Amino acid sequence: MSEIQASIPNAGNITRAQLDNGVTLLVYENPAVLSVNVMGSLQAGGIYETPRQSGLASLVAGALMTGTRGRDFDAIHGSLEDAGADLGFRGHMHKLGFSGKALAEDLGLLLDGASDCLRNPIFPAEHVERLRGERLTWLQYSNFDTRYRAAKAMRQALYPETHPYHYGTYGDEASIADIALDDLKNFHAEHFGPAGMILVIVGAVDAADAIGLAADAFGDWRNPEQPAIRQAHEPEQSTADLRPSVSVPGKTQSDISMGIVGPARKAGDYLAAQLANSVLGEFGMMGRIGKSVREEKGLAYYAYSRLGGGHGPDPWTISAGVNPENVELAIASIMEEIERLTTEAVTDEDLADNQSYFTGRMPLRLESNEGIASNIHSMESFNLGLDYLANYDDMIYRITTADLLRAARNYLRPERMVVAVAGPEASTP
Amino acid sequence: MPNLTHHTLPNGLTVLLREAHSAPVISWWLAYRVGSRNEPTGKTGISHWVEHMMFKGTKRFPAGALDREIDRAGGQWNAFTSMDATKYFETLPANKIDIALEAEADRMTKALFDADETESERTVIISERQGAENQPTFWLQEELRGAAFRVHGYHHEIIGDETDLRTMTRDDLYAHYRRHYQPSNAAAIAVGAFDTREMLAKIEQRFGAIEGGAAPDLFSRTEPEQQGERRVTVERPGNTAFFELCHRAPAATHEDWFKLRLLDAILSGSSGASDNKTSRLYQALVKSEIAAGVGAWMTPTVDPYLYSIIVTLRDGRSPAEAEAALLKEIARLSADGVSEAELNKARKQTRAAFAYSRESVTEQAYGLAQSFILGDVHWFDKFSDRLMRVSAADVQEAAARYLVPQRRIVGILNPIAQDEEGAPA
Repeated sequence: MSEIQASIPNAGNITRAQLDNGVTLLVYENPAVLSVNVMGSLQAGGIYETPRQSGLASLVAGALMTGTRGRDFDAIHGSLEDAGADLGFRGHMHKLGFSGKALAEDLGLLLDGASDCLRNPIFPAEHVERLRGERLTWLQYSNFDTRYRAAKAMRQALYPETHPYHYGTYGDEASIADIALDDLKNFHAEHFGPAGMILVIVGAVDAADAIGLAADAFGDWRNPEQPAIRQAHEPEQSTADLRPSVSVPGKTQSDISMGIVGPARKAGDYLAAQLANSVLGEFGMMGRIGKSVREEKGLAYYAYSRLGGGHGPDPWTISAGVNPENVELAIASIMEEIERLTTEAVTDEDLADNQSYFTGRMPLRLESNEGIASNIHSMESFNLGLDYLANYDDMIYRITTADLLRAARNYLRPERMVVAVAGPEASTP
Repeated sequence: MPNLTHHTLPNGLTVLLREAHSAPVISWWLAYRVGSRNEPTGKTGISHWVEHMMFKGTKRFPAGALDREIDRAGGQWNAFTSMDATKYFETLPANKIDIALEAEADRMTKALFDADETESERTVIISERQGAENQPTFWLQEELRGAAFRVHGYHHEIIGDETDLRTMTRDDLYAHYRRHYQPSNAAAIAVGAFDTREMLAKIEQRFGAIEGGAAPDLFSRTEPEQQGERRVTVERPGNTAFFELCHRAPAATHEDWFKLRLLDAILSGSSGASDNKTSRLYQALVKSEIAAGVGAWMTPTVDPYLYSIIVTLRDGRSPAEAEAALLKEIARLSADGVSEAELNKARKQTRAAFAYSRESVTEQAYGLAQSFILGDVHWFDKFSDRLMRVSAADVQEAAARYLVPQRRIVGILNPIAQDEEGAPA
């Protein structure tokens, strides 16, 4: 086994334990550092909101550290900051995520803080109102951000109003203004609990000690009211205008956001689609799109593609920032590359380049506590198995050029592609 | 911090090496002592544009070849132009590092600066500037710099003025490159899983034959002393107001820089370790609901620069309210000083931040590259110790000396409403 392979987290060096209340604990000892990171998730994301409450899960996540039954705002933050520790909660579409870091000697402080905020928040009215004001300021500012507006218009055209992905996790000005204090308390009471919770600990710790501290912090948590896990269904074909255009006065550049429904992380062709995406808009200087739009035509500083790949049908997106005069040319250039990817198999050389890229970057992704924790959390969250990273090279090298073509054709359908533009003047792409 | 190897090749190239075997990874940097501060009027943005052209190929590695090679190896590479420096880096699996040494040795003197590539890159860079212009705060920063530095090269944005980006020629860029990209004006830095003797031999092999010479005279102008407070107001379409309060700070190698840095950790909580909600400014501005957010920056620079505090105002609150609250906190600090508890908190946060930064060889190598640029290769290593030595009296003295109207530049960004056609509503 090479040095690189031996250092990859796997079933043999990750300690996994499950508490009887459903919490899954995973610990990876990393004696090369002085610190410790925690990363975790609960089944309490935006997918559990109603459309009227859009942004509620994220607001709850943001308010967790404003006061608990035993500690006020200053006491919660003071205890962490005095130790140079950091802890934060964030509402995602499917889950509430949390992460923190501290010197290794302060792991107990970090876990106790996470436990207190997750289990005992009281949502003090004055703090919730302050947070609401901060969110509204952010949303108002974002309304003048062309990148945000283009991505939002793309998302709303791609997913119908009946689909949770139509709505942003941060909500909008109207929904945030309407959310009541009781909505936060009720959401917490109903959805926060140990069932399905994942907690990963990575750093200069002893695994048995870390499991003990985590069990002390979360072992007696119960919530029999927790609902079943909610899934995001495949969206129906959108009837919205597939070419939305947003005017944002006073800007000098237009942003293009193109999107199509992509594979979920557990889809059988997910890795093939990831490799296809890399060819399209990632490898080297932003893949074929970057080569065409930036390197050859000089139209944009950035032009790239990304594949979401989460718990549901996330979008496969292409983004570019261009001068308003070049919008049409940039879109046409991107569409040409999509057509090429869906009609011609990539060369053996292209495939080999991208396979080498995917497998070669592993050591960099596992360089820090945070990187290791993120990868372990993904393996558990998507039920990939704890030897997923150890087997990753084999899986990547089994993929063929035919697999890439099939995956590209399966998702990148030009007739369903949403092309949203936000810029200084309305222009129909 | 132990085990730093500091060596100079006969051609003048500085070499800084630190073994770190925590992960099978090496971060490799080439740092050049040239940045936007060294650009005369008419050539603003030239350092950054040269940085872009360094990715456009050499005879040995044509454009795109290294993108492919480094991605194939699973590496990352990029470059940054700052006010003081231009830095290039590759972080790679340890057994693939040779390609990075080959690449940087080759493009130190053999970049092509093809005329067609130069023209294509002109529009890319203008697009980069226009993308930045879409953020209202870019306009505020640009005006503030201009107001703060009338003479010194810190007065313009690193990206450059659009008029210069439209008029500079391929020959201008090439001359800038040839003048500044030479061993005596650069440092090679490596941190990671290697044997120091072997790495030094590899560097000597690739860089030793590059012709040496005296380090270039860098274009630089001294900023005269400020004569009273300066103010700028920017109006841009939008609906969020910003207030920025700047004070002139000393150069990063000055002992007072560390006093101000600790002062900042107490005032804004920007320790790099945690998002401080018990800091004085968070309490005075965000908790009081004047602001949606407050942040502060103390950039370590070669010449005296700025200590900046920027406030994002909540809807309905005015820049005047933010200014009054900030000045009240500064006056309190100057008059009453800081407590031992606050000092201890800032010290522990500093220790934690330092521990976090050591997890990544890329961050460690960046720190060494920045140290070289600042003129003290031990600057990063001694950072934590120098902060620990700052006393409560030092912080109070720094507040009284630096946070005064004679060193102050104030910036306000007022949002203006516009209709969909772009005309003032």
